[in-house]
Amino acid sequence: MTLTEQPIAASAQPEANPAAAPLRILYQRPDALMEKSTHYCPGCGHGIIHRLIAELFDELGLNEKTISVAPVGCSVFAYDYIRTDWIESPHGRAPAVATGVRRTNPDKFVLVYQGDGDLAAIGTAEIIHAAARGERLTVVFVNNGIYGMTGGQMAPTTLLGQKSTSSPLGRESGEHGFPIPITEMLAILPGVTYAARGTLIEPSAIGKVKTMLKRAMQVQMTGGGFSIVEILSNCPVGWNMTAPESMAHLAQVAETYPIGVIVDRQKAAPAAREG
Amino acid sequence: MTALNGTLERSRTVAEISTTPTNPAAPERVLWKGNEAMAEAAIQAGCDAYFGYPITPQAELLEWMARRMPELGRVFIQAESELGAINMALGAAATGKRVLVTSSSPGISLMAEAMSYMAGQQNPMVLIDVMRGGPGLGSIGPSQSDYFQLVKGHGHGDYKVPCLAPASISEAMALVADAFEIAERYRTPVAILADGTLGQAMEPVVPAYRTPPRPTNDWVADGAKGRAPRVVKSLDLQPEHLERHNLELQAKYREIEAREVRWAGEHLDDAEIVIVAYGTAARVARTVVERAREGGLRAGLFRPISLWPFPTAALREVAGRVRAILVVELSAGQMVEDVRLAVEGVTPVAFHGRMGGMVPSPGDVLAQLRELWAITEPVPATGHGPGHPRRHRPGAAASGARSAIGAPTAAPSGRTPRSTAILDELVEVDIADALTEVWR
Repeated sequence: MTLTEQPIAASAQPEANPAAAPLRILYQRPDALMEKSTHYCPGCGHGIIHRLIAELFDELGLNEKTISVAPVGCSVFAYDYIRTDWIESPHGRAPAVATGVRRTNPDKFVLVYQGDGDLAAIGTAEIIHAAARGERLTVVFVNNGIYGMTGGQMAPTTLLGQKSTSSPLGRESGEHGFPIPITEMLAILPGVTYAARGTLIEPSAIGKVKTMLKRAMQVQMTGGGFSIVEILSNCPVGWNMTAPESMAHLAQVAETYPIGVIVDRQKAAPAAREG
Repeated sequence: MTALNGTLERSRTVAEISTTPTNPAAPERVLWKGNEAMAEAAIQAGCDAYFGYPITPQAELLEWMARRMPELGRVFIQAESELGAINMALGAAATGKRVLVTSSSPGISLMAEAMSYMAGQQNPMVLIDVMRGGPGLGSIGPSQSDYFQLVKGHGHGDYKVPCLAPASISEAMALVADAFEIAERYRTPVAILADGTLGQAMEPVVPAYRTPPRPTNDWVADGAKGRAPRVVKSLDLQPEHLERHNLELQAKYREIEAREVRWAGEHLDDAEIVIVAYGTAARVARTVVERAREGGLRAGLFRPISLWPFPTAALREVAGRVRAILVVELSAGQMVEDVRLAVEGVTPVAFHGRMGGMVPSPGDVLAQLRELWAITEPVPATGHGPGHPRRHRPGAAASGARSAIGAPTAAPSGRTPRSTAILDELVEVDIADALTEVWR
């Protein structure tokens, strides 16, 4: 799965006993990831993203100080897999719910997990104003370009030409409008400290997503403003593809939604002063 | 100094007066606007966070909180919409904070979604609705046309919201503290139904604040430190589980119905005819009752304070010994449906209402009261045979409640009305038994 290094538990290195062969743990379930099978469809990216978050919660020591906010959509059940306190939000309102949590619990870490229908359609006002206020939140925005849970309908992020159950002839700009690059839209707001987009297309890219997520979490932990990582993910069932086909298709998705760090105002600030 | 600053200075002075401990022997009266008085009452009740959005006629409430909450190091957010405001409240409430949200009718409509979620998640919250005329954008004048919307549950799903209706600014301040206590005791949103008059009018009040004790929150999401994680949610895709959750909610609602009924009566001891009204309409009704009595007509006033739970048993008792009931509302007739359900036909129920920001005039209401008296029969003094529809219970719930607030009350001992007895049985029903019952 991910090629990221794991912290090696001290107890796993029985060096005190020279007779035993030294064993090193290269891969294990993070404490923050519950020991259960997910309900996600075979090949779905949510499981990968859950694991990245859980690894980072372990690494950054956030397991006992995090309040997470769940969206509506397939990933509402994230609360069954990531071991923190969770609050379930109405569809699209997660950034507002998280704002209420954030302002009344200044010493806690607040994670927001949203899909693209949740964040970029019904919850557009909530995400824009949470970002504009510079709320100290970390938003994980999973973009698979479709409404997965309800059966694969067109989302505002659906690619032009892409077929869905509510755009059976393919998305056509004159009829359905254009895909929304919402992370770029958010990034122009001064309240947004960090905005980046990654993809699950291959293991090295997943490693980069983890780096982005870590940066976004550190922004919140160091008193920065709003941070968001958009992750291009797949939906093999909704896209009517096999799992490998859907992963390969992410290359085409990235043509509409370019990969990379869009803004990092914590890094940019000192550089601007030097210039 | 600009005029605006002048206004702010005056308001601050009122806040200072109101927060100064007063001598109970000689309580200090202040002239205060309803919106501001309710806001300060919430602050003194220990409100941790306020979320709102500007709308007339409740804007002064938001403005009061905008200045006072940061002064006290508490949270104030003017949200991007009423959706944003109530969802912020949902988040803060789910972490165990004491939260207040206020709006007026069109904004309350937008909040129906989150109210349903909060009822399902069992998040405490106090919502103040300073009602205005509808439908649609309507008017900014006083109205009581949100009764259906809030008293009947507001959003989707089988749930109820305790609704309290003050008839004066002093009472509104007291009910704000009560509302926080009910919200936390039963883990439910609680609504206060005020109207444009109560929000905008100024009247002399004797500030009497109360800070309800903090509950033990063993359910909140506040970071899983040293314990198993908690999930505050309403989703459950297992029908058996969701039905069980609903049965637990219903048992809670039966308990609220048994314990949190509030109402007040005036001249009910000897009344031949009774007006039922709440809030601003009850203020008009009180004038009508006094004028009627001056003219020799023995009228009384029955004033529900809790609209849900509705004072069904007490009103039924009153209905059994009067010749007619007149319901007065600032609506086309919404509470009158609950009155008729309570009365169950034992006495005629007539209605007088104005809409769109209009308020009934005492003269019009008095004329209708006299007409109603003229066309109805007196109640037989004695001799109710078996099966007689009138259930005359001298000395029961309403009797002797002249000008007394009958709240919070359980059913009068030894005289439990039939319907309340059924409710009590429901409260005691074991959930598993109830599930079995459903399958039979």
